[in-house]
Amino acid sequence: MVCFFLNADAKATSCTITVDSIPTFHHFDDMEFAFSLDNDTTYVINFWATWCKPCVEELPFFEKAYRAFENQPVKFIMVSLDFKKQIQSKLIPFLEKRPDMPETWVLLDQDGNSWIPKVDEVWDGAIPVTLFYKGDKRVFVGESFDDYEQLQSIIQSFF
Amino acid sequence: MKKIFTFSAVILAASMLLMSATTNNEPTSTSGVEVGDTAPAFTLKNVDGKMVSLSDYNDQKGAIVIFTCNHCPYAVMYEDRIIELHNKYAPKGYPVIAINPNDPEVQPADGFEEMQVRAEEKGFPFAYLFDDGQKIYPAYGAQKTPHVFLVDNNQKVRYIGAIDNNPQEPENVTVRYVEDAIAALEAGDAPNPDHTKAIGCSIKYKK
Repeated sequence: MVCFFLNADAKATSCTITVDSIPTFHHFDDMEFAFSLDNDTTYVINFWATWCKPCVEELPFFEKAYRAFENQPVKFIMVSLDFKKQIQSKLIPFLEKRPDMPETWVLLDQDGNSWIPKVDEVWDGAIPVTLFYKGDKRVFVGESFDDYEQLQSIIQSFF
Repeated sequence: MKKIFTFSAVILAASMLLMSATTNNEPTSTSGVEVGDTAPAFTLKNVDGKMVSLSDYNDQKGAIVIFTCNHCPYAVMYEDRIIELHNKYAPKGYPVIAINPNDPEVQPADGFEEMQVRAEEKGFPFAYLFDDGQKIYPAYGAQKTPHVFLVDNNQKVRYIGAIDNNPQEPENVTVRYVEDAIAALEAGDAPNPDHTKAIGCSIKYKK
């Protein structure tokens, strides 16, 4: 079960529903723990969806980074905002074709106004966005990456 | 542009190893309007080929300016609700003015001819304007589609954000932000909330 590897403190029980082993959250509150884990790992949390073109276009950079930082304390979480009705029909087939994708979670919380500001006050809700953090250090990138090097340099800045 | 600014600031911060909470960046201070500001004027081409200006609506009580488009699934999910908003509120003095902010060279589905096709298919009862040259959406500070700016009869922006609180399940909407904001204006009150956030498609422009 993918929820366990985050951290011993992580509330694995928060993965209330899984669809084909993808942690699925109906309420942001149940995944909020992942935004403030306090350890030596750099967390890279990307919000995306299969219907979002710029999101899909930057996925190869995350796949490359996932491999490149495999042996480093870097944890990637790709939070899919795909539609509830398209998880089985679209998201899962999409992921099955991308074995190098970092771990994907599904967030179905419709009340964006209640949870978007909890990710970052700057974020208005357009995707993709990426949050990087380690301990108290946080970097929020409110648009897509143009190339792998941009993503890599931000991750490396946490070392 | 705000997004570029934010990103550049992040890269600069990263390169200097000066990490700080990005919440120090005021989200609305770099560009665009805030609630209470005057709505930026515009004159844009409608799908019927005629030019439409915000000032054409000066005899109305206000206008529901919505940045939206053809391609974005979130915009599509709200199409029927935007039509309903117009049909309900245009007779009360608050017509919808829809504006497509996307660059068709980046998103071909959002070209002017494609807009005409979609407006015809759906029978849009409101103006559907093309932000040719992409000057208007940055003036408003629109971040995504759909993104609403409710303007009052003094051309002041009174509400910015989402249409309601449930994009995917219209039947489960519990708060209708735009309708509530109009009701507040009608009662002589300030909308509360006057600003909401929602998931949407980023506006497409050449980087």
